[in-house]
Amino acid sequence: MQNEKTTEEVALGIRRRVFEHTMRNNGGYLSQACSAAEQLAFLYNEALNLGQPVLPMIPEPFRGVPSADNPHYVTGAGYNGPFEPHFDRLFIAPAHYALVAYATLIETGRMAPEGLEMFNKDGSSVEMIGAEHSPGMEVHNGTLGIGLSTGAGLAWGRKRRGETGEVCVFMSDGEVQEGQTWEAVQAAAFHGIDNLWAIMDVNAQQCDGAMDSVMEVGDIATKLRDFGAVVCEIDGHDLPAMRQAKAEPHEGRPLVILAHTSPTQGMGFLRQRFPRLHYVRFKTEEERAAMNREIAAELGIDPIAYSH
Amino acid sequence: MVEMVNRPYARAFEDYALRHPDVLCLSADLTSSCEIDGFRDRHPEQFLSMGMAEQNMLSFAGGLGLAGFRPFLHTFGVFLYRRPYDQLMASVAYPRRKVRLMGFLPGITTPGGMTHQAIEDVAVMRTIPNMTVLETGDATEVEGIVEAADSIDGPVYCRVLRGAIPRLFDTPFRVGQMRVLSEGGDVLVVTAGITTEEAIRARGALDAAGVSVRHLHLGTLKPFDAAQILDHAASVRHGVVTLENHLVAGGIGTMVAEAMAEAGMAKRLIRLGLQDTYAHGGSRPYLMRHYGLDALALVRAIERLTGQETGIDEAALGEVRVEDVHSAVKAEAL
Repeated sequence: MQNEKTTEEVALGIRRRVFEHTMRNNGGYLSQACSAAEQLAFLYNEALNLGQPVLPMIPEPFRGVPSADNPHYVTGAGYNGPFEPHFDRLFIAPAHYALVAYATLIETGRMAPEGLEMFNKDGSSVEMIGAEHSPGMEVHNGTLGIGLSTGAGLAWGRKRRGETGEVCVFMSDGEVQEGQTWEAVQAAAFHGIDNLWAIMDVNAQQCDGAMDSVMEVGDIATKLRDFGAVVCEIDGHDLPAMRQAKAEPHEGRPLVILAHTSPTQGMGFLRQRFPRLHYVRFKTEEERAAMNREIAAELGIDPIAYSH
Repeated sequence: MVEMVNRPYARAFEDYALRHPDVLCLSADLTSSCEIDGFRDRHPEQFLSMGMAEQNMLSFAGGLGLAGFRPFLHTFGVFLYRRPYDQLMASVAYPRRKVRLMGFLPGITTPGGMTHQAIEDVAVMRTIPNMTVLETGDATEVEGIVEAADSIDGPVYCRVLRGAIPRLFDTPFRVGQMRVLSEGGDVLVVTAGITTEEAIRARGALDAAGVSVRHLHLGTLKPFDAAQILDHAASVRHGVVTLENHLVAGGIGTMVAEAMAEAGMAKRLIRLGLQDTYAHGGSRPYLMRHYGLDALALVRAIERLTGQETGIDEAALGEVRVEDVHSAVKAEAL
């Protein structure tokens, strides 16, 4: 697709949209936008080779789950373009980043802004935890740790079929607490699956708070290398570094880019909520108003008009 | 004497997979135990060793399915759903991937004890939306299970027998078709898998004792043909006995009970199988006797149902043994 915006502009747009949504709805996955905006902007705006979306700009309502009686079932992958051998595929492994991913689709012209109005509304496909049928999603990843395995299987299959498109998995660092992540890395290395790459939002946060207070995971890079991956560690808000990492050769092995990020990047006022940042819900109207005023200023926009 | 067929799965899988290049053979470190070691050695390009990592294997298979492949996952039945249940749900069952779950050593066919015995697999699998559940009861069905499984438009779980297996049937496995093995009018007996052979043995003695048995063998456990079961149940005098290599909760006994209850059929039902208990490690004949899954247990249940003693004892059953089946079977090692 034609890039009408710079990746920096897309990233800023993601933060603004998620902030606006969070203000209006009195809560949201705000810190994920802070940490992952550059990564998702990078994926959609430049790193991935994706075709034009093939689903309506305004998402259709929920049309049922897959079953033998539901032949018209479609996943949300069509927002990433058609399945062609030369196009890349993307899985959003931490499905609770859906709000950020939807904002990215809007910023890159793949979904209409009205799509976000349907977020978490009954009967909508734009679900809070991204489902298969949600815009931009292709598989269920709501249970953390299963995304990389699925990506590895798809990548092996695509390689076997001679397809040139790659498989990319957007991951979160909390997933390394799950054993399956390590099973996936060792399998991808053992089977030489090198059309697979991942970028991991290492924001050191998880649902209960700072990861080190919940379960220490040691040095992720060393562990990934020991399990057979090629690893690049970067500042996850540094786009030139991200570009350079993506270019790292990884023949015969999967590539994992560890994007070290801040869960309050671009919204420094959020720091007062540390370490409970997984889902930001305002405790008082005063706090909400202060967040609105201060963060809007940081993002260079007017405070959001919201109903109380 | 019944013919014993050695390792029918090994040949059937190789024959079928070679004719279908989108079929892949996956194994979780139980390759020879699932009779696919020869396939691995002769066709390594169609074989993926996934190691002892079932969670990854299930999701990886989902990814292969997404790429249009039809992976056959080989391991013991328990290992396909207990640890990787979440992956089974999210990566395989929900999206209806054409993943073929080949579960070896169903129920008490392993001396491996609790950790190896899939005693609730049918209960688990049949409650999963989009899942088909098949079970093999003889060599002919094992020979047919590969093609039958691959005919399913979605995921399928199969209880597969291995090693030396008696040939009881001379018509192929047909998905959705139950086998009517006898059409008596006193009692309906419903079996599947290894319990069918036990019921055939019991029938011989019951016939001689004047009890007329209607015997159904199920190869397809889901979808469950409730209408046909009800037709047969309606045609017998005393009631129904189910005999399964599984817990009575959630398996064939439950399916029959649900069908009868929903139809308002006021007939007695006796469910034989594991009665809300784990089993332990031991030989198959020992376990079948100990937990009441054998021909003698069936005879006693039918006596309870009819209210008549048949005089059948172990010796009488021994005389009607359909063959010296298990004397030829290899030691049931892992």
